[in-house]
Amino acid sequence: MKIAVTSTGKTLESAIDPRFGRAPYILIIESEDGELLEALDNAANSGAFRGAGIQAAKAVADRKVGVLLTGHCGPNAFSALEAAGVKVGTEQKGTALDAIERFKKNEIVFAAKPNAEAHW
Amino acid sequence: MIVAVASGKGGTGKTTVATSLALALGSRSQILDCDVEEPNCHILLKPEITESYPVNLPVPSVDKEKCSLCGKCGEVCQFSAIVLIGQTVLTFPELCHGCGACSILCPERAIQEVPRRLGVIEMGFVKDVEFVQGRIRIGEAMSPPLIREVKTRINKDKVAILDAPPGASCPVITTVKNSDFVIMVTEPTPFGLNDLEIAVEAIEDLGIPMGVVINRCDIGDSDSKDYCARKGLPLLMEIPNHRKIAEGYARGVPLVESMPEYVDKFLNMSDCILNNKH
Amino acid sequence: MKELAIISGKGGTGKTSLAACFAFLAESLVLADCDVDAADLHILTQPRIIHQEPFVGGKKALIAPDKCSQCGICLENCRYGAIKEVFEVDPVACEGCALCHYLCPESAITMEETLNGTWYISETRMGPMVHANLIPGEENSGKLVALVRNQAKVIAEERNIDMVIVDGAPGVGCPVISSITGVDHVVIVTEPTMSGLHDMKRAADLVRGFGTPISLVINKWDIHPGMAMEIEEYGKSSDIHLAGKIPYDRLVTDSMVRRRAVVEEDPGPASEAIVEVWKVINQHIYK
Repeated sequence: MKIAVTSTGKTLESAIDPRFGRAPYILIIESEDGELLEALDNAANSGAFRGAGIQAAKAVADRKVGVLLTGHCGPNAFSALEAAGVKVGTEQKGTALDAIERFKKNEIVFAAKPNAEAHW
Repeated sequence: MIVAVASGKGGTGKTTVATSLALALGSRSQILDCDVEEPNCHILLKPEITESYPVNLPVPSVDKEKCSLCGKCGEVCQFSAIVLIGQTVLTFPELCHGCGACSILCPERAIQEVPRRLGVIEMGFVKDVEFVQGRIRIGEAMSPPLIREVKTRINKDKVAILDAPPGASCPVITTVKNSDFVIMVTEPTPFGLNDLEIAVEAIEDLGIPMGVVINRCDIGDSDSKDYCARKGLPLLMEIPNHRKIAEGYARGVPLVESMPEYVDKFLNMSDCILNNKH
Repeated sequence: MKELAIISGKGGTGKTSLAACFAFLAESLVLADCDVDAADLHILTQPRIIHQEPFVGGKKALIAPDKCSQCGICLENCRYGAIKEVFEVDPVACEGCALCHYLCPESAITMEETLNGTWYISETRMGPMVHANLIPGEENSGKLVALVRNQAKVIAEERNIDMVIVDGAPGVGCPVISSITGVDHVVIVTEPTMSGLHDMKRAADLVRGFGTPISLVINKWDIHPGMAMEIEEYGKSSDIHLAGKIPYDRLVTDSMVRRRAVVEEDPGPASEAIVEVWKVINQHIYK
């Protein structure tokens, strides 16, 4: 299954960036073997005029990602991800690798609702 | 003639000046409260409201039967208010600017526009002054569309006085645009002057003549007066910090009622403005 | 790390003067001046700018006159009156929706990024400060506010500072909403007038929509004790904590003229009250 992780850098060892819409990179990872499929450059979104979370959600859904691991996810992004059937794990810390490990060990508690206010 | 009353800094006395000017001019004037986030003219004027109506912004609603999931709506929307995600089109009405692009450009004509409540317009009278105000719904971020609607009620046969919001960005510009004159109300303090300069710069670009009223003229320093002289901005009136005015204002009494000797001063000021004697 | 926003509803009640005082009294903090429209906090804090960047807001339409066939489709469809009859875009009215760009049969309209302002990271005697100026007349203040707040939070995290104080704009619109989303506590500063009460209620309604705790400060309360009482009563009946009342004091304006926060000068009635108010607010935030 494809997993998306919001990241400060382009590699699996990069620290997780807690902000979904405005993280500099979104890493797309194959959970089976931990292969980094894509380091999506989210720069266009980080400076976006409102709707950054929505656009990030679309980018993730378009890549047929099954799970998103991040820090905070606002209400609009959350609705968008829900509509696309993407499960969201929030409050993630450490590196992208750490997050994938937790996922493989079934330690992720998926969010039932957004954990951040809407931003502009 | 359209006269806007603006300031830059909040709390300098825009509403005080706008309402007293309207009362002094009486039946010749109309007052329109364009500070739709925090309209205060009604507090001082206590108008009788005779008519009110809601103002809406058209936002998209997608007919799923007709939608082909092409995603064009999401591509054209500059505000992320509509987006194709997976196999659904989602809308985020609070981000929508009501431009109609998605609806107009949808190849399947699958998008209708439905109303999102922005606020309300209320109209009435106080003595023989026509009164109009807009009041934005709490939580609504966009005031310009509501301000534009208030301005559609301008009566061209009157001296229309527009009470503007504080600041110098889009709600103020939307209010002040197409006015014949702008009265800038300031206080003689560093904050007052700083914000006056910013607002004057914004309004200068619109090419509208301005004049300045210095309110509470005895509380600070003389830098504001010096600035007006340097910029060639006519000083229309100076109002000292009278206890009577402050107490009256606190209780919702207009300046020209707390101190009726000011009626003539406001009439003189309006003569200057209307006849371009400045 | 706690984020505290100071708003008012009504302009001129003393948000910025108080923000500067709180900044002086707080042990460690980052200041965020989010009144980007008409920023004043720098007048009292004398920031030394160490970093600045341009702020690019939304886009505006631009018509290339050599490609324009004057068909008028853009003019007919623009809902903001932003297309002038000589087929030029009025950048003040243009909302950047791009409808004209998509409709133009000659592809004569492009969407151009616009410089809306500048933002700064500075050092002050009270601590680091993030501030910005919107170019007069421009829009997108909500986005610039969000940027200023985010930068302030980044600095707080980097330097292990536990408080960010946000000096908000007047009103209840876009820049104010952007100043309060996700903060830990909101202070509403009001004045004892009917307008002050009216506007404070709207500001409180806005904050209640977010469920954030509110502390109320009544500034210049003794100008009209009767109205101050009404405001206190309203606070009690709507579960808004009263953090305190500050008396009218000439020293506040005098110190502003000297570019100082009133608590930095010799003690007086207002500065003493502000010190107490700050203590109470801290109790509210950290309980």
